[in-house]
Amino acid sequence: MTGELGQLALCLALALSLVMAGTGLYGARADAGPARGVASSAALGMLVFVVLAFGALTYGFIVSDFSIADVASNSSTLKPLIYKITGVWGNHEGSMLLWVLVLSLYAGLVAWLGRGGARLTSAALGVQGLLAAAFLLFILFTSNPFLRLDPAPFEGAGLNPLLQDPGLAMHPPMLYAGYVGLSASFSYAAAALIVGEEAIRQQWVRAARPFMLIAWIALTCGIALGSWWAYYELGWGGFWFWDPVENASLMPWLIGTALLHSALATERSGAFRTWTLLLAIAGFSLSLIGTFLVRSGVLSSVHAFASDPTRGFFIMVLIALAIGGALALFAWRAPTLQGGAAFEPVSRETTLLLNNVFLVAACACVFVGTLYPLVLDAMNGTKISVGPPYFAVTFAPIFFALLLLVPLGPRLNWRRGDLKQALRTLYPAMGIAAVAGLAVLAIVSPRSLTAFGAFAVAGWLIAASAIDIGKRRGKGRGRARAIAFASALAHAGLGVSLMGVAGTTLWRSEALEVMGPGQTMQVGPYTLRFDGVTNVQGPNYAAQRARIALMDGDQVSAVLEPERRLYLEQGQEVSDTAIRTTGLRDLYLALGDDRGNGRFTVRAYVSPLAPFIWLGGLVMALGGILSLWGRLRLKAPEPEKAASAQAIAAE
Amino acid sequence: MRNLALCLFLLFAAAPALAQAPLPPAPTSFSDPGLEARARNLQRQLRCLVCQGESIDESGSPFAADVRALVRRQIAQGRSDRQIEDFLVARYGDFILMKPPVQPNTWFLWLAPFLVLALAGTIAWITIRRAQRRAANS
Repeated sequence: MTGELGQLALCLALALSLVMAGTGLYGARADAGPARGVASSAALGMLVFVVLAFGALTYGFIVSDFSIADVASNSSTLKPLIYKITGVWGNHEGSMLLWVLVLSLYAGLVAWLGRGGARLTSAALGVQGLLAAAFLLFILFTSNPFLRLDPAPFEGAGLNPLLQDPGLAMHPPMLYAGYVGLSASFSYAAAALIVGEEAIRQQWVRAARPFMLIAWIALTCGIALGSWWAYYELGWGGFWFWDPVENASLMPWLIGTALLHSALATERSGAFRTWTLLLAIAGFSLSLIGTFLVRSGVLSSVHAFASDPTRGFFIMVLIALAIGGALALFAWRAPTLQGGAAFEPVSRETTLLLNNVFLVAACACVFVGTLYPLVLDAMNGTKISVGPPYFAVTFAPIFFALLLLVPLGPRLNWRRGDLKQALRTLYPAMGIAAVAGLAVLAIVSPRSLTAFGAFAVAGWLIAASAIDIGKRRGKGRGRARAIAFASALAHAGLGVSLMGVAGTTLWRSEALEVMGPGQTMQVGPYTLRFDGVTNVQGPNYAAQRARIALMDGDQVSAVLEPERRLYLEQGQEVSDTAIRTTGLRDLYLALGDDRGNGRFTVRAYVSPLAPFIWLGGLVMALGGILSLWGRLRLKAPEPEKAASAQAIAAE
Repeated sequence: MRNLALCLFLLFAAAPALAQAPLPPAPTSFSDPGLEARARNLQRQLRCLVCQGESIDESGSPFAADVRALVRRQIAQGRSDRQIEDFLVARYGDFILMKPPVQPNTWFLWLAPFLVLALAGTIAWITIRRAQRRAANS
């Protein structure tokens, strides 16, 4: 019964999304007031029905209703409740439903907040309605989660063991909140182009800014979570693989970051208006392209896509319509924009522009590095790999150049800045950067220029942020101060992550040994004693759990228990690592193969500064949250007042 | 590297105690830290063809183990990194190289990021010049 209810709810949501698209777009006309109310109601109604559909599917997973095909092939009665629930989005159909749920949430939020005035909101809802309709059609025609299975099997096939993990359970909703959050900026940008001159200038940016921030915060957290999961789950201590799926999430983040910065200038003085519009369109387009990459099967092989092209083809058409439509609107309206910003070459505007130059180039690296091998393979079957060494040569120097410039931006005034004055306030940061770089050269071996550079820049970023925070400590109150601290925190987070990445990449020590009971091994500064393996029975897996003692002389100072789990339904082995962190350094253990006679391979890593990678992400997200909180009830200021408000905010 | 040497030292120092229970072949490694570093570096540049985007250095697959052994054998025979890579490319194709070779069909791949950087930089420069002119007029 619930399956049919879910199906019905999806169909009703589709109908409402079409109503929303029609009335919303019509409501963009100056004389179409009544239609706007309908669009808002339709948005909220659609949200209700999508929530119902999602609830129905979730219920099916919780009660293990194997007459629903999606449940039968992705769940089982043996799974703990939490993984029954997270299993809802651990598969193609369910994750697309989650995508539409998030899209509807944003549509509801746009309707409820009504930022940017009635006409703009209405047009934005219209565009959001079109997107929702497209994805609901995609679900109903190619990826229906409510298809029935008759006869229903006695037991389900279970969930991929790698996904049965709290980190990955939270990862997709977080990432989708970011991916799809960019749809709100996209819709507002398209709406501004539909409504015309006034809206294109600045109004839409003010309206969309909270949505940009929410999307950016969620993307930052989502990417950090995904990287953290890969680190502890995949069993060999890496944290970023330049895997196409990861790249698909990095691209919208890079463009989203560029958008946040470009929008600052547009919001304040109308500078870079066309550019900000393009970024808003590009950001969500990259989300769509990421969805295509992940959902069409094109990644596992070009041929998998060719053998069942329905889904991929549908998304491809959707992408073409969304991007093509938005760009056509852009080409129609952008030329009507008269004039542009006036500023000196040394100014806040210039630094924001440079920020965008580097971020866009960095995104181009990821884009080409991800898609080029696919294109080459599709064209003539030539297979090449684009792995970490490619990104080390292209992405790393471009991003590094960006990081060098970061502390300058917040120190230059709008329109005309004073470079000497800005550099003078940065003297202490330069000192700290030099000390950090030299200290690393002096203390840590192996010595390398990369280590010097990375730590000098990290010191530079963090010290500059500290100076910022120190200087503004007494000024402003409450929310205004929160905004002032936001950029300092976000920029400091970059430095923190950079230290983690550099420390882990450059100084990781590792050992791989076959250990029998009572034997010891050495990794980095640690001595480990292998105390044997016991068999453990989990809810849906059988595990071998090793007991490995961390020795301090003759004393045991801690016990780590890495596991190797055999998931019964899939017959798949997954390693469950044991990590002991001091905050500055991770000791990371993974249990390998059984070599007979109670002996096992043990992999051990000591990763200096590893926790900083994700701590930095958290600090960045916190910066975003502060900025959001600071703006939440600040009314969008008038242009004149904005100047003084922004002078305090000075982001 | 120092740690590895230490590990090896400990391993050999403990050898008499292990004599009655012979270990399966230990993870092969060179006693010369220079050679070992070369091997590790090379292993990171090679893709495990049967895995999802892992290098043969990280992967636990039998394929990766075979290629690791092959790399080490060839290093021991005194062949250069380049020769070993060429040998593997002849056998498995360019796909095995994590870093795509620079050749006509990858020129675009290598140049694109910097072309975009140059293009974006030019646009930024023009924008700045225009904005400066406007600022001077106002």
